[in-house]
Amino acid sequence: MTAPAGGLIQSVDWIALAPPAITAVVALLVLVADLFLPAVRKPLLGQAAVGGLVLAGLSLLPLLHAGRATFCLTTGSHDCSYVADHFTLVIQLLVLGGALLVALLSLNSQDDLPAGEFWFLLLSSTAGAALLPAARDLATLVIALEVASLPAFALVGLKRGDRLSSEAALKFFLSSVTATAVMLLGVSFVYGATGTLHLAALADGLGHTPRQLDTLARTGVALTLVGFAFKLAAAPFHFWVPDTYTGAPLPVAAYLSVVGKASGFSGLILITVIAFRHYADVWGPALAVLAALTMTVGNTAALRQRPGHPRSAVRLLAWSSVGQAGYLLVPLAAAGYVGPGSDPARHIGATVSYALMYGVVNLGAFGVAALVARTSAGNRIADYRGLYATRPLAALAMAFFLLCLAGLPPGIVGLFAKVVVFSSAVDAGLGWLAVVMAVNVVIALYYYLRWTALLFAQPDAVPTGAEAGGAPAAVPALRAPVSLTAAIALTAVVGLVLSGAPQIVLRFTSGTLF
Amino acid sequence: MNDTFLRWVLITLLVLPLFGALGALFPAPPGLRGRNQDQAVLRHGVSITGIVLLLTVILAAGFDYAHPARMQASTDLSWISSLGIRLHLGVDGVSLPLLVLTALLTFLCALYSYFKMPEGPSPKGFVALLLVLETGTLATFAVLDLMLFFLAFEMVLIPMYFLIARWGGEGRDRAAFRFILYTVLGSVIMLLGLLLIGLKAGTFDMVALASDNGSKLSHTTQLIAVLAIGIGLAVKAPMWPLHSWLPDAHTSAPTVGSVLLAGVLLKMGTYGFVRIILPVAPQGAHTFAPYLAAFAVVGIIYGSLACLAIGRQGSGGDLKRLIAYSSVGHMGFVLLGIATLTPTGVNGALFANVAHGLITGLLFFLVGAIKDRYGTTDLDRLSGTTGAALYGAAPRLGGLLAFGAVASLGLPGLAGFWGEMLAMFGSFHPAAGLSRPAYLTFMGLAAFGTLLTAAYMLLVVRRVCMGEPTAAPTGQPATPRMLADVQGYEFASWTPLVALTLLAGLWPAALLGLTDPAVHALLGGSR
Repeated sequence: MTAPAGGLIQSVDWIALAPPAITAVVALLVLVADLFLPAVRKPLLGQAAVGGLVLAGLSLLPLLHAGRATFCLTTGSHDCSYVADHFTLVIQLLVLGGALLVALLSLNSQDDLPAGEFWFLLLSSTAGAALLPAARDLATLVIALEVASLPAFALVGLKRGDRLSSEAALKFFLSSVTATAVMLLGVSFVYGATGTLHLAALADGLGHTPRQLDTLARTGVALTLVGFAFKLAAAPFHFWVPDTYTGAPLPVAAYLSVVGKASGFSGLILITVIAFRHYADVWGPALAVLAALTMTVGNTAALRQRPGHPRSAVRLLAWSSVGQAGYLLVPLAAAGYVGPGSDPARHIGATVSYALMYGVVNLGAFGVAALVARTSAGNRIADYRGLYATRPLAALAMAFFLLCLAGLPPGIVGLFAKVVVFSSAVDAGLGWLAVVMAVNVVIALYYYLRWTALLFAQPDAVPTGAEAGGAPAAVPALRAPVSLTAAIALTAVVGLVLSGAPQIVLRFTSGTLF
Repeated sequence: MNDTFLRWVLITLLVLPLFGALGALFPAPPGLRGRNQDQAVLRHGVSITGIVLLLTVILAAGFDYAHPARMQASTDLSWISSLGIRLHLGVDGVSLPLLVLTALLTFLCALYSYFKMPEGPSPKGFVALLLVLETGTLATFAVLDLMLFFLAFEMVLIPMYFLIARWGGEGRDRAAFRFILYTVLGSVIMLLGLLLIGLKAGTFDMVALASDNGSKLSHTTQLIAVLAIGIGLAVKAPMWPLHSWLPDAHTSAPTVGSVLLAGVLLKMGTYGFVRIILPVAPQGAHTFAPYLAAFAVVGIIYGSLACLAIGRQGSGGDLKRLIAYSSVGHMGFVLLGIATLTPTGVNGALFANVAHGLITGLLFFLVGAIKDRYGTTDLDRLSGTTGAALYGAAPRLGGLLAFGAVASLGLPGLAGFWGEMLAMFGSFHPAAGLSRPAYLTFMGLAAFGTLLTAAYMLLVVRRVCMGEPTAAPTGQPATPRMLADVQGYEFASWTPLVALTLLAGLWPAALLGLTDPAVHALLGGSR
C-alpha cells in the first residue's frame, strides 16, 4: 500500500495486521474452495474456518509486548490508522475466541445452512470485528463496523425458506442501515468541525473548536453516539434484538450476542474515551441514562418470558444480553465522570473485563442451548426441565453459566465482574446508577435462577408428550457431537479457571490499556 | 501449638467442605460404598462435617486465650491484586465461638439427616449443598477482607435456596425465591457500601480498616456506607421491618435447613454489624445506633406479639412459624445490644447470638421431630381441644421441648438469659453521646418483650406438652396414644445442644472472657 504523502513508499507492518488479515484471507479461500468442493467434502470448509480462526488467534502472540502501529501519516502528527495496543489485543482475543466458539457450535448444526456462504460470511464479519478495535480513524472505524455488520445481516437470514429468519434479517438490516446513516451524518459533522478523521487529532480539534462550529461538533458527537447505541442494542434502540436473535440460526444469535456486542463496544470506547473526551459532559450523562434504561428494559423483558413459549430459551438469552449490555455501559458512563486530566482507563478496563467474562459464559450458555435444541427443536425453557437427569454435565455447566451471568457464587468470576462494574460506578460518584443496577441484578437473578432451578427439577412424567412429534421418553438422548461438547467444555473450563483466579480478566482494570 | 499449624487448620477447615461437596457428586470409592449409594453419600457428609468440627475444636484448643483480641491463625495472600482483594483469614475471640457453633450445627444436621433424610430428590445434591453452605458460613466468620466477606455472604444463598426449594415443605418455591431475592437485594446494596469504604479508605482489609477506626473516612462517607451496609446486614439478621422473608423460609424449609438458617445464617448479619460497622465506621454507627435500637425493640415486641397470635387457640398457627417469629424477637435483642455501642451490650449481643443458635437450633430439631410423629406442625390440629399431651405420649420429647422453651424465654441458668440481660444492661448505660432516656425506654420495652416471650413459650408448652392424652389430636380415635419417643440418633444430635445451653448458662464467663477483649478492641475508637 502506498501513502500519498510525498510519494513515499510506506511499508506495512503485516505482523500487526495479521489477526484481521488472516481471518479475511481464510474467508476468501473458503468462498473459492466452496465452488470446487463436492457436496460430501463440504465439512472441510468448516474445519478450514476453525483452523483459520485458531491461526488468527495465535497471530496475537507475537504482538503481546510491542505496541505496534501501521498506516501512519508520514508528516505532521504521525497519527496512525491501525494500532495494535493492549486494548486492541484484548478485544481481538475476545472477537476471535468468540468466533472460534461460534464456529465450534455451528460445525454440526448447519445441515440446513449453505456451508460455503455461512463460513465465508462468519469469517468476514469476524475480520471486520477484529479490525475495529485497532482502528484509530473514523473512516477505518466506520468501514470496520460495516464489514462486521453487513455479513451479519446475511447470516441472520441464511435459513432457507424460513419466514421468521428472513423477517429477522430485514429488521436487523433496516435498523442497522439507519444506524449507519445517522452515524455517518454525525461523523461528517465532526469532520466538518475539526477537519480531521484521526481520533487523536479529533480529540485535539474538538478541544479547540471555533465558537460558531461548537453546535455542529456537539450535534456530530450526539449523532455518532446514537449510531453506536443502535449497533449495541442499547435502549431505546433495542427493538430489533429479540426478533433477530430468535429468527437467526442459534450459532448466529450467539455470535451477535458476543462478537457483535464486542465490536460495538470497542467502537464506542474508542469514540468516547479517545476522540470525544472533551465532550465527556455530553456523553457521560447520556451513557449513564442509556445504561440505566438498557438494563432495566432488558431485564424486565427477560423476566416476562414464559418458559412454555416456543424459542423462549433464545428469547430470554437475547433479552438478558440487552440487560448485560446495560451493565457494560456503566463503566463507560463512569469514564465520562472522571475529572479532566485523570485517566479513564480503569473504567474502560472494567468494561473490558466484564465483556471477557460475559463472552465466555454467554457462549457457554448458547452452547448448552444448541445441545438441547438438538433433541427439542422448540427450544423452550420448559425443555430444560430435568436436564440434570439426562445430561448431568451439561446441566451443571448450564447452571454454572447462568449463575455466572447472574453473578452469584459458584460463578465467582461473574460476581467479581459485577463488583468491578459497581466499583467504577461508586468511584465516579454515580450512586443512583449503582442502585439502579443493584435492583436490576436482583431482577436478573430471578429469571436466571428460575431457569437454573428448572435444570434440576424432576423431569416430567411424559417429557415431550405435549408435542406431537416429540421423542418418547425411553429413547436415550442423542449423542452430542464432539465439536459442541468441546465448545461447552472449553467455556466451562475457562469459566472455572477464571473463578479460581479472577485476576486473569480483572487485571485490565489496573494499568492502562491504550 | 504454634500459629503456622493453626493457620493450616483454618485453611483446611475452609477448603475441606468445598472439596467434600465436589466429592459428593462423584460415586464413592470402593470400600466406602456402604449399603447403597444414598447411604454412602450421607455418610460422606457426616464424616466431612465431623472432620471440620474436629478441626474447629483443634483451632479452639490451640487458640491463645491470653490474647483473644489479636487475630490468630492468620493468613494473608494476594488474590486479585488489581482490585486489592487479599485472601486474609484469621480468628479472634469474636469469630471463634461462631466458627465452632457453625461447625457443630452443620455436623449435627448431617448426622440427623443420615438417619432421617428429608423427603425430596437424591441425597447426593443435599450433601453437596450442605457442604457448600458450610464453607460459605465458616468463611464469613473467618475472612478479614471486605470483598471476601461479600463473597462468603453470597456463597450461602444458592445452597440454601436449593435446600428450601428441593427438600422443603409446602409453599417452598415461593419461600425459597423470597428468601434469595430479599437477601440478594440486601447484599448488593451492602456491596455498594463496602465498595464505598474500600475505595475511600484505599483498602478492603478489615484489620487495617479497624485499626484506622474510620479516621480515613469522612463523616458523609461513613453515613452512606453504614446505611448501605446496615440495610444488607439487617435483611439477613433480620431486623424488623425487613424480616418478612424469614417466617416463610423457615416454615417451608426442611428441618436441617431451618436449623442452619436460624442457627448460623442469621448470625452472619449480626456478626457483620460487630465486625464491620462498629470498628470501620464508628461515626456512622453512632449516628444510626438509636434508629437501629428502635427497630430492634419494635422487632422484639412485634415478634413476641406475632408469636402470641400464632399460639392462640383457633388461629391455625404453625409451630415452626412461631419459632421463626421468635427468632425475630431474639435477634432484636442482639441488635439492641449492638446498638448500645458499649462493650457490655456488644458482649451481650454476641452471647445472645450463640445462645440463640443453640436454643433455636434445638427447637427447630424438636419441631421437626414432632412433625415426623404427628405429620403436622399446625398447632390447632396438634393440640386439639385440650393439648397435644406430649408429656404423656413421648415424655422425653416433651421434656426436651419444655427445656428448649424455657431456655428460649431466658430462664436464668440457661444460655438464653445472659445475652438478653446484658443487652438490656448495656442499654441502661448506652455509649457516650447516645440519648439515655431513649435507651431507657428501649430497655423498658425490651423487658416487656421478655414477658411476652415467656407468655408465648409457656403457651406452647401448655398446648403441646400438656393436655388430655386421650383427646389428642382431633379426628383420631380416642385411645391413649404412645408415640415413638426420642430415638438414639435424635439423642446424639440434640444432646450437644442441650449440654452447651446448660454450660453457657452456668458458666457464661467462658464465652464472655473470649469476646470481651476483642469487643473492646473493636469498639476502641468510639469510646
